[in-house]
Amino acid sequence: MEKIPEQKHVSWGVTFNVSWAGIRRRFFRSLVTMSGVVLAIAFLTYMQIMNKIVNALIDAHDPVLDAILQAAGVEIHESGSNDSILLLIILSLLACFVGIVNSMLMSVTERIKEIGTLKCLGALDGFIVRSYFIESSVQGVAGTCLGCLLGMIVSIVVAFMSYKMHVATHFPWLGLFEALGISLLTGTLLSISAAILPAYMAAKKQPVDAMRVEE
Amino acid sequence: MSTQEDIIVKARGVTKVYTMGAEKVHALRGIDLDVRRGEYLSILGPSGSGKSTFFNMVGGLDKPTEGHVEIDGYSLSDLNQKQLAWVRCHKMGYIFQSFNLIMTMTALENVALPRIFAGESPAKAREAAAEILNVVGLGHRLTHLPSQVSGGQQQRIAIARALVNKPSIVLADEPTGNLDLHTGEEIIALLGDLKTKFGITIITATHDMKMLSASDTVVWIKDGQADRIAHRGEFDISVGTIDGKTLA
Repeated sequence: MEKIPEQKHVSWGVTFNVSWAGIRRRFFRSLVTMSGVVLAIAFLTYMQIMNKIVNALIDAHDPVLDAILQAAGVEIHESGSNDSILLLIILSLLACFVGIVNSMLMSVTERIKEIGTLKCLGALDGFIVRSYFIESSVQGVAGTCLGCLLGMIVSIVVAFMSYKMHVATHFPWLGLFEALGISLLTGTLLSISAAILPAYMAAKKQPVDAMRVEE
Repeated sequence: MSTQEDIIVKARGVTKVYTMGAEKVHALRGIDLDVRRGEYLSILGPSGSGKSTFFNMVGGLDKPTEGHVEIDGYSLSDLNQKQLAWVRCHKMGYIFQSFNLIMTMTALENVALPRIFAGESPAKAREAAAEILNVVGLGHRLTHLPSQVSGGQQQRIAIARALVNKPSIVLADEPTGNLDLHTGEEIIALLGDLKTKFGITIITATHDMKMLSASDTVVWIKDGQADRIAHRGEFDISVGTIDGKTLA
């Protein structure tokens, strides 16, 4: 008796083709998911850039500036680092983590039944994981970029309002790119992994078990 | 060998035990069943009888705890995940009570999916999908989303999707459960037509008496066992009339 062949993988191109239709038609749902990422990353970016700017101002050791900083409630240590801001950054990272994982998790779990249906039609686990990878990458990268932009603009505007033109003379360019890099990496990696893990787990289920999941 | 070839589904001693905490629930207690090629078989039983569980085993959607199911001579339990996916894609077509269409895809894209999974290019898959949507009478609704058509039309899309890869078996789980009487009748008639046209085997799980009249064989499942098996002519069902027309 001849052997039953193994189902072949659908190419990345075709998978993208199929996923893109979904992303486009679920545009508003995608926006909601993305806004979770945008806000989380904006917060993280804001906290980081503010920290860099304040540190750069402290490092300037300018008596006039020190007076403004102290008036703004910044504690000036000799080392130049600021513990309370560091704590806030860790806190914002945590908020970012919860925000992104929550919105990506929601967008997958509400479609576990759909994953079961796709398996009935002959989809391999790989197709499901790939299509969620594509979708979460698009949402994650777009959301992260917008979040970085938003966080950067707000932090720079707030810094100029508080410390006036001193910010321009002591602007931490390197620190800015470092902060943006960390935000980009955090946002993209978190978005993708938070979507892929539940999608992978749903894809591994027997189709009936996936379809039995309450909507 | 010739009788062997006529049997498309062969279930032997199919048992399913669910473990709920410390308690073991026997959903199926050993069912034997043969389904002939080209047959229209209905599985009947109250909810909780194990009807759906058995149906899922036959469809390769769930694995039995003991016993085995053969489709076209292949034992499903011997297959790996990729082979199972191949069988689901090429040999089986599924129709569900709640249609299970992908809501973000048009009728055409929904029906094209199984073709794409079978390795066809999206353009060719859509061609085949349009053709089969014409057969089920939805040639004018190709670019509509499921939310833009009626329940009966959604089920027609689902039927087209089940048939697009020319499967040998179509499994329909309560296909009329979410439809009104008239639409349900139309769907049953359509299934009957398609069975003849494509020479497919149809297996349904149902408690819709209307479906029985279209069946060649009816299996009653009770307490996880095949209680009774009856062939056409052996069962007599009266389900009353609609608009003066006798059903059954």
